[in-house]
Amino acid sequence: MSLPDVLVVGGGIVGAACALELAREGHRVEVLERGFTGCGTTATAMGHIIVLHDSQAQFRLTRWSQELWSALADELPGEVEVDRCGCIWIASEESQMDWVRDKAALYRSHGIEVEVLDSLGLAQAEPSLRPNLAGGLRMREDLVLYPPAAARWLVQRAVDAGATIRTGVSVRRVSGAGATLDDGSTRAAGCVVDAAGTKALELLPEPIPGLQFRPRKGHLAITDRGPRRCWHQLAEIGYLASAHTHAQTSVAFNVQPRRTGQVLVGSSRQYDRHDTRVEPEILARMLRRAIEFIPALAEMRVTRTWTGLRPATDDRLPLIGPVPGHSGLYLATGHEGLGITTSLGTGRLIADMVAGRSSAIDPAPYRLDRCLEPQA
Amino acid sequence: MREVASEVLILGAGPAGLAAAAAAAEAGARVDVIEGNRSPGGQIWRPEGATEAHPTTRRWQQRLLRTGVRVHLETTVVAADGPRCIYTVCGGEMSRFRTSRLVLATGSRELFLPFPGWTLPGVTGVGGLQALVKSGWPIEGKRVVVAGSGPLLLAVADSLRRRGAKLLLIAEQAPRRAVVRLARQLWRSPRKAIQALGLMARLVQVPMRYACWPLRATGDECVRSVLLQGSDGSIELECDALACGFGLVPEIAIAAYLGCDVECGAMSVDAQQQSSVPGVYGAGEITGVGGVELAVAEGAVAGTAAAGARVPVRWLARRDRQQAFVSHLDRAFALRPELRRLAAPETIVCRCEDVAFEALAGAESARAAKLATRCGMGSCQGRVCGPATRFLFGWHHDRVRPPFFPVPMAALAAIGTVQPSSANPACYQTFTMDC
Repeated sequence: MSLPDVLVVGGGIVGAACALELAREGHRVEVLERGFTGCGTTATAMGHIIVLHDSQAQFRLTRWSQELWSALADELPGEVEVDRCGCIWIASEESQMDWVRDKAALYRSHGIEVEVLDSLGLAQAEPSLRPNLAGGLRMREDLVLYPPAAARWLVQRAVDAGATIRTGVSVRRVSGAGATLDDGSTRAAGCVVDAAGTKALELLPEPIPGLQFRPRKGHLAITDRGPRRCWHQLAEIGYLASAHTHAQTSVAFNVQPRRTGQVLVGSSRQYDRHDTRVEPEILARMLRRAIEFIPALAEMRVTRTWTGLRPATDDRLPLIGPVPGHSGLYLATGHEGLGITTSLGTGRLIADMVAGRSSAIDPAPYRLDRCLEPQA
Repeated sequence: MREVASEVLILGAGPAGLAAAAAAAEAGARVDVIEGNRSPGGQIWRPEGATEAHPTTRRWQQRLLRTGVRVHLETTVVAADGPRCIYTVCGGEMSRFRTSRLVLATGSRELFLPFPGWTLPGVTGVGGLQALVKSGWPIEGKRVVVAGSGPLLLAVADSLRRRGAKLLLIAEQAPRRAVVRLARQLWRSPRKAIQALGLMARLVQVPMRYACWPLRATGDECVRSVLLQGSDGSIELECDALACGFGLVPEIAIAAYLGCDVECGAMSVDAQQQSSVPGVYGAGEITGVGGVELAVAEGAVAGTAAAGARVPVRWLARRDRQQAFVSHLDRAFALRPELRRLAAPETIVCRCEDVAFEALAGAESARAAKLATRCGMGSCQGRVCGPATRFLFGWHHDRVRPPFFPVPMAALAAIGTVQPSSANPACYQTFTMDC
């Protein structure tokens, strides 16, 4: 085996996107994956491709990434299950309608197709929702896909462009010049992209003060097939508030329709849990919240539940860029609950950084240096 | 959510569960039994029609009645928070059982192997057809082929014959010499010998072939004929029903979830029937498929040990005698490798999600195949395709997570909610009530 130019550690959706972008530019890319493509956090994700605006930086990355996904959408094969269902952010109370109108104005100013729904409009768009909700913000361009299949497709495209993938290969340590595998052997490369998700920081040559994330555990449940209960991804605006609380466990209404009539039900957030056990009481709280919004869910049978651990940074932005003090070593992780959306943007940023050129969006907010010194 | 306090909680009211309940209660423990069906007795002592309990079950009922065992019928275990906290659903209502000891007597289920036509209406499991017929499905005059492997073929064939089915053939995939070798061991268990001889005598008119297995079922709306491979070439039989079962596999989902060691598809237990997880016991087919006498013997040991009492030496000896037969059984009915090649590329393996054999071949694990094809993600939760793919591809089971059975969201959502202790009496069914 000739030496690769770039070693990508991690075959989740972020690693897959990085591998594809780098391979397209003619680099000899090798992906090392400890299990199989998309078997980690990617496999547990809901699969939304959404635009969010918690911060300007988050907005830029999600919007750009969504445009990249939309450009690909026609190429994606059926098994990726792209569903342009859109998303509705639900205002339970009138006070949340200010948020709806503000965001609508902001998104429109960026040319994003959105729609403000009043109480009646929301009821017409989603008749299964409980009555007397205040309204909602319909994001027409948001879409949903099946993450493990998307990761496999990205890897396949990377392979078509000349990359290789080695599955079942566990990496113990990375450096700017290669990786040490669990069996003690080393793999040298021109540069290394550490996209190992929740494990990414453990692989670094040494701990870097300030650079950290906390695993954030989330529960999901899916129902049996049945008559369709919803047509958009639906999330309460409170989900965003829930996303901001770092301290305690929270649940929020967030569901996705499947064409089969199944409903994927989220969401819960727990910090600093390292086990992936399904916790019955947390699961139940999450389901109660879902039933509050869609009473008909009560009768639908839950067939499976699972959890995932998302790497969550303190400022809720991913860690994308060169690792200080280790020339040739790049990090691409910390995407928390937005990794499926922002994978494509991340791939582009990494490819641009490796090539030493500027990007379509400013990469500074995602670079690692921001963590090393307190921000003003 | 209702709260129930128990000392020994037994999952399953088949032979092993009933024996465990009686033994634990007679040793002084407060015992609760959870059973999904409408009546106790499990698959083997399944009542005829919608009427009353099987005569053997009734004798057990008398015994349990004396000791105050509470049996919760039509109650399904859906989740657990460790072995001392078991969540169940009955009539849509969630209950939490707190217990100090747990006895898993969850039995076994049939192994189905995919071959072209196995999903046609009219093709059923062997035990499945028996259950259908017992609940009133008309079989009289129907031409039936029973195929697969194991003693269940004969037992079911006999019960179909009694109800007037026209049995065309019993096809056992094991070679005749293996079954003869097993028969030579029968002297160890006179009761089994008598049963076997009785069966053979009653089935003497039914054609029986060894080293014979189904290759293909054909039909349009319903199975019309079956092609079988025999030692002297293939045979085609026109039939109205094809019952196929390739043996039984232990139902280990809850044991695996609780972290109990599992070996060769069965729950590992020590001499006291205790698993690798302290306080969790296993009895009956969950520890390996060995028939009703072994299940009862194991149940008695498990129940006594779970109640904290000393197990009489002769009970252990009885169990060990029965146990010795199990390895002979396994060897005699070992599945032949040809059965791995029955499926055509387009043959459906996962019926819930319509996944064909060709989509699975080449996947590296059950989980990889599941994520790629949704095999096992459907409403049977992989109960049918899981054991099949284990045999076909050697895959280990994927992790078990709650709910152990599909359950209405409202019931799951009730976990952790407080409810006044005036419990819904509908879920408390004891043998004093006629259910």
